Amino acid sequence: MSFPWANQYEPKSDFTKWIDQKLPLPRLIYDAVGGGYPVPRNLNYMWNFGFLAGLFLMIQIITGVVLAMHYASDATVAFGSVEHIMRNVNYGWMLRYAHANGASFFFIVIYAHIFRGLYYSSYKAPREMIWLLGVVIFLLMMATAFMGYVLPWGQMSFWGAKVITGLFGAIPFIGEPLQIWLVGGYAPNGATLSRFFSLHFLLPFVILGVVILHIWALHIPGSSNPTGVEVKSESDTLPFYPYFVAKDGWFLGLVLAIYAAFVFFAPNVLGHPDNYIEANPLSTPAHIVPEWYFLPFYAILRAFTGDLVIPFTSVVIAPAKLLGVIGMFGSILVWFFLPWLDKSPVRSGSYRPLFNKFFWVLVLTMAVLTFCGGAPAEQPYILISQIATAYYFLHFLVILPIVSQIEVPKPLPFSITEAVLGKGADETVAKPAVTDTPSSDGDLPGGALQPAE
Amino acid sequence: MTIRLGGIIFGLVLVGILMIWSFVPDTLKYSTPVKQPYYAFHEDKLKPAGGFSFDGLGGTWDNQQLQRGYQVYKEVCKSCHSLKFVAFRNLAELGYSEEEVRAEAASWDVPGLNEYGEANLRPAEPTDYFPSPYPNEIAARAANNNALPPDLSLITKARPDGSNYVYSLMQGYVEPTAEDLAKAKELGGGTEWETPTGLYFNEHFYNANIAMPPQLYPDLITYADGTEATPEQMAQDIAAFLTWTAEPSLVARKQTGWFVIGFLLFGTALGFLSYKQIWADKKAKKKAA
Repeated sequence: MSFPWANQYEPKSDFTKWIDQKLPLPRLIYDAVGGGYPVPRNLNYMWNFGFLAGLFLMIQIITGVVLAMHYASDATVAFGSVEHIMRNVNYGWMLRYAHANGASFFFIVIYAHIFRGLYYSSYKAPREMIWLLGVVIFLLMMATAFMGYVLPWGQMSFWGAKVITGLFGAIPFIGEPLQIWLVGGYAPNGATLSRFFSLHFLLPFVILGVVILHIWALHIPGSSNPTGVEVKSESDTLPFYPYFVAKDGWFLGLVLAIYAAFVFFAPNVLGHPDNYIEANPLSTPAHIVPEWYFLPFYAILRAFTGDLVIPFTSVVIAPAKLLGVIGMFGSILVWFFLPWLDKSPVRSGSYRPLFNKFFWVLVLTMAVLTFCGGAPAEQPYILISQIATAYYFLHFLVILPIVSQIEVPKPLPFSITEAVLGKGADETVAKPAVTDTPSSDGDLPGGALQPAE
Repeated sequence: MTIRLGGIIFGLVLVGILMIWSFVPDTLKYSTPVKQPYYAFHEDKLKPAGGFSFDGLGGTWDNQQLQRGYQVYKEVCKSCHSLKFVAFRNLAELGYSEEEVRAEAASWDVPGLNEYGEANLRPAEPTDYFPSPYPNEIAARAANNNALPPDLSLITKARPDGSNYVYSLMQGYVEPTAEDLAKAKELGGGTEWETPTGLYFNEHFYNANIAMPPQLYPDLITYADGTEATPEQMAQDIAAFLTWTAEPSLVARKQTGWFVIGFLLFGTALGFLSYKQIWADKKAKKKAA
């Protein structure tokens, strides 16, 4: 599955020929992330984050597997076993800080990756499946990160677990028994810790599996690009190796250097001091906050402060907690509908003047929500998060569909080659493989050359 | 189209409900937490003049100071506070020789078993961990007016800006100022601020009422190295010592960091040059304006 002009894998030695016949794994890799994968030549640096996300997943798995060799998932010793890693295991402090900050960087990279997708509408046809799988990966990551944060069994671990598992108790009728079944008791306890450890070990490999599906789905239409115009001819693309390996490679070094700055010079700034106090079910911390990467969603959860009642009566339709839970999960589930909510034929936000403005308002809203999620549950933060929550849903459910209906996009370049090298470059560089002109309503997916399966 | 229309309707209904909530009285039952009166006393933390030796990107331990801090712990703190994650062998990192560590450990008694298997106390070995002053939490609370003296191994990591926090807390036993008291009265809805019996006013403690009595008085201890034992000096030394107990690898971590980042930046530079080389003929030529 690639474009007709993609390089073909040619085994050179007898050994590689033999392997290629028996198990064409080198061929698979060559076609997936090697010279056999043609990529639009105009990708900007926002396209580096997918590669980086894969790398941070590997960092997390490798450091995590080693940490698991020294960790004990027993509530009486878990906290001490983490200190044992920090003090007695050779370079244990480095492994643990690399893992804890690795989670933060994984989320930084993923958020950049998601917002790149939102800006350039990477979720649009023919790439809906990539987007849907991506949202699944994000949900799995959130579950994994949440359970990982419980493992050190500090105060924030315990109370964070109590708050989050308590959310299931909000579900009508089955909520309470469901919560007790999930937690293994009325409050987080030793049973919770060992099942979270087990799942925290398992889920990264599930993520890895979905990542493979995500990349598989990507290789069917090929990568999108900053113009949103589909690939038309060979001059629009460059092979992944060496061009994008080199580009991803040096950027990777830069990101790893920033990551190392956190690991070695500020390993605890993204964490919470209360998590260095051993879990105590009898002492509630003054203010329970999740990890920073959950803050926007935590703010949405807390924005619902009142029970929904029929106005002027006291008949409760839905209690505040249930509304908060629906709001929080809904804020991510709404992403599943994005490909069908935004029907503008133009993909790239750079050619969509109206969408562009609303996109940056959404980014600002997310920043405000992050701030409010970390702030104490006091006014004015509650009111601000309520307004931001309302805007968040308004953006996806109302603004996006209407904007895609009424917006007049800017003219698109004829091709990627033209966008990079200027007008007329197509004729001089290479003859376009397809000579059809873009239809009047922009670059419909069907109008572009579809790669041969 | 159905999804878009559904989305618009659903979104408008949702936002409409949120709006009704905000504007129709009694639909939204706010619970507004009140600000506690002790917020009036939250002072900025004190910092030792010139900072700690381990501050900054190239910070190092001051072994003299850590040894003084250990002396403060041993002569003052240990009567109530445990240090359960630190072993006597770790003291070697403070610059003590192997014999000194052995002798130091032997001066502490730890729970052991005698030849009949009965519980007794024996001199500690370097491999032993610092013993707790109390056999259990109930005993600790009974001896301290029902307050539990926290374990100090991780205290500087368990509080925001922990080293300065310990330094400030030890010196926070002051009289509240008149303005602060007025502010506390205002926040408390007119109730006069009062420190409950058995607690002590400390402006750096989170609710300003701490169970620990003031500890540091001038010349409370005689430093082995002859340093004058002012409360400020002792506070600084114990803060430094407790920073070490919370993270013995702190200095090694920073030193490793320089090497790792240097290596990564070197690799990044090479990677960038090869990127430039590989892409040289694929980039658009800059047009002469």
